[in-house]
Amino acid sequence: MNHMTTTSTTPATPGPAAGPGGTVLEATGVTMRFGGLTAVRGVDLTVDSGEIVGLIGPNGAGKTTFFNCLTGLYVPTEGTVKYRGTVLPHRSHLVTKAGVARTFQNIRLFANMTVLENVLVGRHTRTKEGLWSALLRGPGFRKAERESEERAMELLEFTGLDTKRDHLARNLAYGEQRKLEIARALASEPGLLLLDEPTAGMNPQETMATQELVRAIRRQGTAVLVIEHDMRFIFNMCDRVAVLVQGEKLVEGSPQVVQSDERVVAAYLGTPFEGEPGESEAAEVRAAEAREAGGTSSSGSGEGKKEGEGK
Amino acid sequence: MTPTTPTATADKTAPGPVPGLLKLPAHIARWATLAGATGVLLSTFLAWTWTAAFPGNLTVDLYPGGLQVLALTGALLTLLFALSAQGVRGLGWLTPGGKHSPVLLLALGTAATTLYSVAAIAQKLGGLVNLEPGGWIAGIASVVLLVGALGLPADTPGDAVRPPTSPHQRLLHSFKAPTPERGPVLPSWAEILIIAAVVGAGLEVFAYGISTPYGELFIGYLLTTGFALAAITRSGLNRRLSAVTARHRNVTVAAAFIAAFIFPLTQTSEAYATLGAYILIFATVALGLNVVVGLAGLLDLGYVAFLGVGAYAAALVSGSPYSTLDVQFPFWAAVLTGIGASLVFGVVIGAPTLRLRGDYLAIVTLGFGEIFRIAMQNMDGTSGPNVTNGPNGIPNIPDLEILGFNLGEEHTILGFELGRFSNYYLLMLIFTGIVVLVFRRSDQSRIGRAWVAIREDETAARAMGINAFRLKLMAFALGATLAGMAGTVQAHVTFTVTPTQYKFVEVVPPNSAFLLAAVILGGMGTVSGPLIGAALLYLIPEKLEFMAEYQLLLFGIALVLLMRFRPEGLVADRRKQLEFHDTGQLDVPKAGLTKAGV
Repeated sequence: MNHMTTTSTTPATPGPAAGPGGTVLEATGVTMRFGGLTAVRGVDLTVDSGEIVGLIGPNGAGKTTFFNCLTGLYVPTEGTVKYRGTVLPHRSHLVTKAGVARTFQNIRLFANMTVLENVLVGRHTRTKEGLWSALLRGPGFRKAERESEERAMELLEFTGLDTKRDHLARNLAYGEQRKLEIARALASEPGLLLLDEPTAGMNPQETMATQELVRAIRRQGTAVLVIEHDMRFIFNMCDRVAVLVQGEKLVEGSPQVVQSDERVVAAYLGTPFEGEPGESEAAEVRAAEAREAGGTSSSGSGEGKKEGEGK
Repeated sequence: MTPTTPTATADKTAPGPVPGLLKLPAHIARWATLAGATGVLLSTFLAWTWTAAFPGNLTVDLYPGGLQVLALTGALLTLLFALSAQGVRGLGWLTPGGKHSPVLLLALGTAATTLYSVAAIAQKLGGLVNLEPGGWIAGIASVVLLVGALGLPADTPGDAVRPPTSPHQRLLHSFKAPTPERGPVLPSWAEILIIAAVVGAGLEVFAYGISTPYGELFIGYLLTTGFALAAITRSGLNRRLSAVTARHRNVTVAAAFIAAFIFPLTQTSEAYATLGAYILIFATVALGLNVVVGLAGLLDLGYVAFLGVGAYAAALVSGSPYSTLDVQFPFWAAVLTGIGASLVFGVVIGAPTLRLRGDYLAIVTLGFGEIFRIAMQNMDGTSGPNVTNGPNGIPNIPDLEILGFNLGEEHTILGFELGRFSNYYLLMLIFTGIVVLVFRRSDQSRIGRAWVAIREDETAARAMGINAFRLKLMAFALGATLAGMAGTVQAHVTFTVTPTQYKFVEVVPPNSAFLLAAVILGGMGTVSGPLIGAALLYLIPEKLEFMAEYQLLLFGIALVLLMRFRPEGLVADRRKQLEFHDTGQLDVPKAGLTKAGV
């Protein structure tokens, strides 16, 4: 993205300017139970200023639930979430106001608003004009509207959507909708951006563009916590990676460490469990299948095995 | 088939012009249209029937009356548009977009009006023998007009892969029209003159509709204006005009209000000013509801209760001998009381209920609306404290006196007689203006965007930092305040405030169901939509007394049809316009988005 130069981002958040090494997000012992089900169990996670942290794990591991706990959508059963040293409230609009913005796994744009309006809504917490100001239309109101629009246009240029400003969000292409969600989240001038599967459903070119975008966001001084299934994306981008399995944090460390950890491989690919059918049982089944289907079955079972490994 | 363009003969594979419903040669269709329109035009100068027993006096030669005037107008417009479609010099500006489709629509309107008139005469007077030759000529000419117009080829080429072949497809296709190119930008004074002329014409059409003295004429009026408006849209004039009004937004709004102020001066009879005042109350409350439903997306089924709160508050402090409070506030204080009461009521109802979403909110507001009415009914001294006189309500509310100007008396201003209802109409118009201003300004602001965001996706809106509960409460309270403000005037206009005026559904608007219908029918999220919707919903039952029994049934059918064929309402919100008539990526109107749909 060469649009970086066009954004004149002032220190993004009202909080203290993050020096290198400062902790932006600190989650301690976050636990989320839904009735008898524990979706997230005692997860600790920190994100430092200027970092890109990846959060990976198999489907259903509790990654999005954890995100929802961080952003106040859920009230965690136990544990606290601190942003720059202060405990975040359990109301999502206050979390955003504090400086944590997010995108959604299933895109949740304001479908029937224009692209520009979507970004302007993102500016909500950084502007103050209330109903009276809107009704009376003083000079302050006009100035604030103009500034909001300028800032929104900067963000649209930054994400490469400036030519689409008057299109309805619902009419954008899929990749553009993902970008618009990021632009909308950035409009709240966050110190930490949470991205929930930003490249899901994208082709390789779009994924590359998103990588560039995320790097550009980091260069602006915004820390990023990203959930992603695309391992190339995670290992290219992240300074640290945390692995969540069945609601618990399994490993955390540099991409190299995580990549070579046996437990991670096991969590993704599965491990042999006790009482797994041994070689003899397998041979029996194969023989039975061979009897039933003639000579073709052996190659069939071989394929099935390969598929399992491929995952 | 006579080819209309040289390319059609040159290249057989190119999609040629699609024939109309009737496959006539194009030149014959054109001449039939012209001849039919001229025939209807001339016939209106002849007597249609022999007796003045049919209302409107259609018995005089060379002097069109009643329905004949409508037929004359329709025929004249058809003729002009047909000539313009033929490329007659000086008339080209009439049809920048569609050529034949507006002619077809106008022809349908004219023929429908004429044939309806002839049928009404025959039905009312007992047989076709009551028609004079003029009536026969009108009928035959309108049939010729209809045949000719249905034979006109369509404006747009058919789909090359699946051309419309069946009669039904051809008929639908012939209503389609291409979008016009961008019109020239005229000097400012000329554009302002155009706006003034259009607003003036609008006033004339509206005043004519209100003052139609009998049902037959109103039906004719609806047929003619409905088809004519559709034709003007198809011809592309509408689009050109909205480009002009977008350039002079303030002039347009000012002109519309001036026209609305002039309206009572054009009325000779006080009865029609009464209608005007009631329509205005209804429309203002509908516009207030539009803040709640159209912008914030909160389905409020008990909205009329807030009108009632305002009205009761104003009635109690009006100095009526039946009021339990023995005070008489000046008008401004009464308005503030009404506003304050409805604001408190709105917050008290809103605070617990707005935590609900969707259907639940609708049910709870419906309940609260009824609770208000029943509470007013029970505060009669026997079931509860005597505050409202129960079902008897508070009668004898005195007329307002503002700055020594008694609104109950007749005044002569600049030679115009202004009766009681004209006075109240003018007063109400000021309040309508306030509501329009509040609606527009709150819509185009940070608050309005937050409302729409909540309507679109509440969870995402919260995640964007919007305090959804607070914003929803704000919309709810603002809506309540606007309705309460209208209620303070309503109490004085109607003399009496009773609980039965504020039911959920009643035959007489305003009530919650009709208010919601006015918003949805007119167009959610727009200013002019609820105004037009309210005017139609008030006028139709008022003018067509004979269908009073079936009113709710017909009303339901009309709503179903409208939702099927025009889900965005009569006036489309700029967002809805794009939502329901999506054309892929080509969704950005050339004129720019931000100004349309107001």
